[in-house]
Amino acid sequence: MKKIEAIIRKSKFSAVKEALHEAGVNFFSYWDVTGQGHEKEGHVYRGITYSTTDIQRRYLEIVVNDDFESATIKAILNSAATGEVGDGKIFVSDVNKAYRIRTGENGGDTLN
Amino acid sequence: MELLTINNVWMMICTALVFFMHLGFGFLEIGLTRQKNTINILFKNIFIITIGLLLYCLVGFNLMYPGFAEGSSGLFGFAGFGLDSPLTAEGGLDLAYSEGYTYWTDFLFQGMFAATAATIVSGAVAERVKIGPFMVFVILYVGLIYPIAGSWKWGGGFLQMRETPFYDFAGSTLVHSVGGWAALVAVWLLGSRIGKFKDGKPQAIPGHNIPLATAGVLILWLGWFGFNGGSVLSADPGLTSLTLVTTCLAAAAGGVIAFVVSTLLYKNFDLTMFLNGILGGLVGITAGADQMSPTDAIIIGGIAGAIIVFAVSLIDRLKLDDPVGAIAVHLVCGIWGTLAVGIFGALASGEQFISQLIGVASYAAICISSTFIILFILKKTVGIRVSEKEELEGLDIHEHGMDAYPDFRLNEH
Repeated sequence: MKKIEAIIRKSKFSAVKEALHEAGVNFFSYWDVTGQGHEKEGHVYRGITYSTTDIQRRYLEIVVNDDFESATIKAILNSAATGEVGDGKIFVSDVNKAYRIRTGENGGDTLN
Repeated sequence: MELLTINNVWMMICTALVFFMHLGFGFLEIGLTRQKNTINILFKNIFIITIGLLLYCLVGFNLMYPGFAEGSSGLFGFAGFGLDSPLTAEGGLDLAYSEGYTYWTDFLFQGMFAATAATIVSGAVAERVKIGPFMVFVILYVGLIYPIAGSWKWGGGFLQMRETPFYDFAGSTLVHSVGGWAALVAVWLLGSRIGKFKDGKPQAIPGHNIPLATAGVLILWLGWFGFNGGSVLSADPGLTSLTLVTTCLAAAAGGVIAFVVSTLLYKNFDLTMFLNGILGGLVGITAGADQMSPTDAIIIGGIAGAIIVFAVSLIDRLKLDDPVGAIAVHLVCGIWGTLAVGIFGALASGEQFISQLIGVASYAAICISSTFIILFILKKTVGIRVSEKEELEGLDIHEHGMDAYPDFRLNEH
C-alpha cells in the first residue's frame, strides 16, 4: 500500500477530483493549507504594493494499493498542472497497515 | 402648526439617519482593521455614542448654543446644565422655539452630530490605543471641545458675527475637521502600529472584512441624507431636495475619481480607495451642500476623490499610521470642502474665501492644541498605548477577554 500526498492549487481541485474518480480512486481526504513556496502573490492595498509568499493550497492524502500507485500519480500530474510556478508537489510513501474501523479487518481490501 | 409638524417629522427622520451613521462608522472601522481588534473598536464606538449623548444633554447643548449676548466676544458661553425646554404661559412646550423643529428635536439632532467627531478619532487610533485613556479623551473632547468650537459658528459665535460670516452648512469643518485634527494629533502622539513601517517604508496591513467596510460606507452615505438634509433645519422642499442631490452627486464623483486615480497610479482596482473616495466626496460637499449647483457638487466631490488618493499616500510617507484613512477623508477633504464654499456656488467670493480660511485656522488652533494637551498629559501619566504583547496578540483578548468570532477563525495575523 502507498500513501500519496499531493499539494495542489485550490482552483485545480475539482479537475483532480474527477481525474481520481476516473482512475478508480474513490476514497481520499483533503484539507486547506497555507505554505511557503517560490511563487509570489502580488497584492496592492491602499496604494502599497506588497507580495506574500504565504500561499493557499489544498492538501490531498490518498492511500491506495500498490497497483493503483502509478494511475493515481498520473491522474494528479495530468489534472493539476498549469505549467506555472506553484503547481505543487506529490509525495509517495509506504503504508504498513490499514484497518477498517467498522469490522476490524485489515489489509489491502480495506481501501476499497 | 401644520408646517411645524411636517418640518419636525423630517428633522426627526434626519436625526435617526445621523444615528444610523454610527453603525456605518463601526462597520467601516472594523472592516479596515484586523479581526483581533474588532471588539475593541466596537466598544470604543458604542462608548462614544452613549457617553456622547449623555454629555451633550448635561453640558454640550448649552455650550454649543449658549445664546451669545450682543457685544460678547463669541468665544465661550454656557447656558447652564441639563435640558430646559422653553414653555408657554400655560406650561406646555413652546412651539414658537423654531419654525423647523421643536426644542427636543433640536437637542437630539445636534446630539447625534456631537458623537461623530470622536468616532472619527476612534478609527485613526485603532489597534493600539489604550481604552481607558481614550475614554477620558472622548469625555473631554465630545463634552467640552466639540461644543465650544461649534458655538463659534452654529451657536452664533465670533465666526458667525464676522461681516462675511464663515460658512459651514453641515460641518465639513465643525464636525469632520474637528474629528480629523484630533485624529492627526492622536496618531502622531500614539505612534504607528507594530509592523506598519519597515526600514522606513510603509507596509500594507490589510483589513479583515472588506464587505463590512463596504456596507459601512453605504450606510454612511445613507446617513448623510440626514446629516446634510437635516442641516437645512426644516423640510423646505427646494433646499432639502437640492441638498440631497448635491450630496449624492459629490459622493458619486468622489468615488469614481478616487478609483480612476488610484487605478492609474497603482494599476489595480482598489475597493478601499473607491470607498474612501465616496466618503471624501461626502465630507467635501458638506460645507456647502445647500449653496452648490449639481455641476459644482460634481467638481467638489471629484476633487475630493483625487485628494483622497494622494492624501492617503502622503500620510503614509509622513510615517503616520491611520488604518482607516480618517485623516485623509475627514481632515483633508473637510478643509477642501470648507474652502470650496469660497470658490464655488452661491457664496463664492474673495471675502468668503478669506472667511473660510479664518474658520479653518480657528478650528485647527483649538483642536490641535486641546487634543495635544489632553493626550500629552495622558501619555506622560497613564500612557495611551497598549503593551507590545497586547498589541501583537490583539486588544480583544487582552482588554476585553473576548473574541469577535469565536467559532469562525480562518486566519490570524
